[in-house]
Amino acid sequence: MADKQNIAVQVEHVTKSFKIPLEGSSGLKQKLINQLRGRKGYRTFTPLKDISFTINEGEFFGIVGKNGSGKSTLLKTIAGIYNPNEGAVNVNGSLVPFIELGVGFNPELTGRENVYLNGALLGFNHKEIEAMYDDIVEFAELSEFMEERLKNYSSGMQVRLAFSIAIKAQGDILLLDEVLAVGDAAFQQKCYKYFDSLKDKKKTVILVTHDMAAVSRFCDRALYIDEGEVSLIGSTRSVANKYLEDNYNRTPGATSEDDEVVEKPRATVKKLTVNATKFDIGDELKATIHYENPESIPLHFGFQLFGQDGSYVFGTNTNNNGLATSTKQKGSIEMKVKLDLVPGLYFITVATMDKGANGVYDYRTNIEKIIIRKSTEVGGVAFLDYEWDAK
Amino acid sequence: MKLSNIFNKKNRVLLRELVVTDFKLRYQGSALGYLWSILKPLFLFAILYLVFDQFLRLGRDIEYFPVYLLLGIVLWTFFTEATNNGLQSIISRGDLIRKINFPKYIIVISGTVSSLINMGINLIVVGVFMIIQGVPVSWDILLLIPLIAELYIFALALAFLLAALNVKFRDAGYIWEVFLQAFFYATPILYPLAMVIDQSAFAAKIIMLSPVAQVIQDARYAAVTENTITGAQLYSHWYIVLIPFVIVFVSIIVGGLYFKKNSKQFAENI
Repeated sequence: MADKQNIAVQVEHVTKSFKIPLEGSSGLKQKLINQLRGRKGYRTFTPLKDISFTINEGEFFGIVGKNGSGKSTLLKTIAGIYNPNEGAVNVNGSLVPFIELGVGFNPELTGRENVYLNGALLGFNHKEIEAMYDDIVEFAELSEFMEERLKNYSSGMQVRLAFSIAIKAQGDILLLDEVLAVGDAAFQQKCYKYFDSLKDKKKTVILVTHDMAAVSRFCDRALYIDEGEVSLIGSTRSVANKYLEDNYNRTPGATSEDDEVVEKPRATVKKLTVNATKFDIGDELKATIHYENPESIPLHFGFQLFGQDGSYVFGTNTNNNGLATSTKQKGSIEMKVKLDLVPGLYFITVATMDKGANGVYDYRTNIEKIIIRKSTEVGGVAFLDYEWDAK
Repeated sequence: MKLSNIFNKKNRVLLRELVVTDFKLRYQGSALGYLWSILKPLFLFAILYLVFDQFLRLGRDIEYFPVYLLLGIVLWTFFTEATNNGLQSIISRGDLIRKINFPKYIIVISGTVSSLINMGINLIVVGVFMIIQGVPVSWDILLLIPLIAELYIFALALAFLLAALNVKFRDAGYIWEVFLQAFFYATPILYPLAMVIDQSAFAAKIIMLSPVAQVIQDARYAAVTENTITGAQLYSHWYIVLIPFVIVFVSIIVGGLYFKKNSKQFAENI
């Protein structure tokens, strides 16, 4: 199938390196001093090493990687903002990049003027912008405000206008950075709806993100970039699995130890132990909170589960569940929970709470990560018991 | 990039948008708005006229000296504004360059075109002064068009060079500022060239090698009074007369190529 399709983007052995100045960023004096001392005055940093892949026309292609993996550099290289040191990027058709919304927006110009300026910067001519204009305004729901200056817009209105331009811009290939997926839930829904429509229209889309949920949902294929090299190119599922496993094997992310502790809590969570870190759908998680309570305060305990995108998946506490408070100076309490969740990465947060579970003594966000392996293709949050029955 | 693509439709649209934006923003928030484009040179000219014609009494032997002076100042102002706009053009739009790929030279050109439009407005004011002073107008005045074109190309060449240099060394702006100061006094703008010749004919010959001096003197000769010393009168050999044109030609090639070579790295160096 792939042979029959036309290639939209071809990346051939692309290597990109930067010279990072060591001191005194861009002065002539420093340059002279370095020259005299025979120093280079910079170090070379190579975020992309020999990257090759092709994207076919009509494909929804994901590029995933951690922060600092080189995915932003790759994106900017595809967009033509950076020139590769070696190799080449061939783009077939017009490529419209959205690395940030509303680039070049000027607060002193009116909404209309900003649309034309932004459009011109994205490489559209006057006729093309005129053709898109009504659509853009309608989608942004800002028709009454187009003659007003942007500085009089609320931030929400500005985002809406910028987003509409991104949506309605008629390019052959769309390059979308994850910035499109930030914002409130309603905005994200709008984004996802838009992605769906792009998929239906068989647009060529390149989505760069570290949100595996979005990749799983939209992408046909994905590339996993790690430390500037292609770690894996393949089906979204294989990339998602590898990404989650790799990601997990690194030391767990920030716990509250990194946070500034203003006052030592009177009752602390010493640690959290779990029976496993990788699960299949429906497995039981046993999470044990080890606590210290030197003053023998009557304690309740809280447990929360968050999704990778920060969504609140589940939470409860011992007060709500009708348990008695604990006054032991040192002890542990085990939480057993059946993980009827869709595959993905989840974060556990636990807390020691006061009587009535209104105040919190010690709150440990994302103290532990767990992975639910991908065994079946489902979407959403909860894994509900289901069955198909053809009649 | 092919030379034929320099002004394709998309780039023309972008250039127009940038120039129009620049104009819209220039007098944003001021009560008189666009009127300032005219008022500013008017006031400046009024002051210069008072100082130089009534008090300093320079150039008494040059007819229509106030207009002669104004024309020189207008051309010089264009030169400094265009090169300074060019100098700042790339770094002031660093944010844009890091996020969108578009032809960078358009920004430099837009900065110089804005100055060109400004000069057009100023020249209208000069025209008004010419009528007031009763300067006789002949067809020679049309020579201003190729002369301004020459000055524009020279300013653009330096704008390209300075814009690219400024990305690498932020000292470029300060150096250029000092250079312009020196260059201003080394150009016969405030003083008649005859004053220099009185002191040293050789110095006058050196001064007139500069394309800016050549354009200013030629423009005065064509538009104001034939009592202007131009390169053609000063040099005995025709090839020396050509030197300013050669300088312009060489600088647009060097400036253009240097800019083109460096523009690929703007996004990462800014």
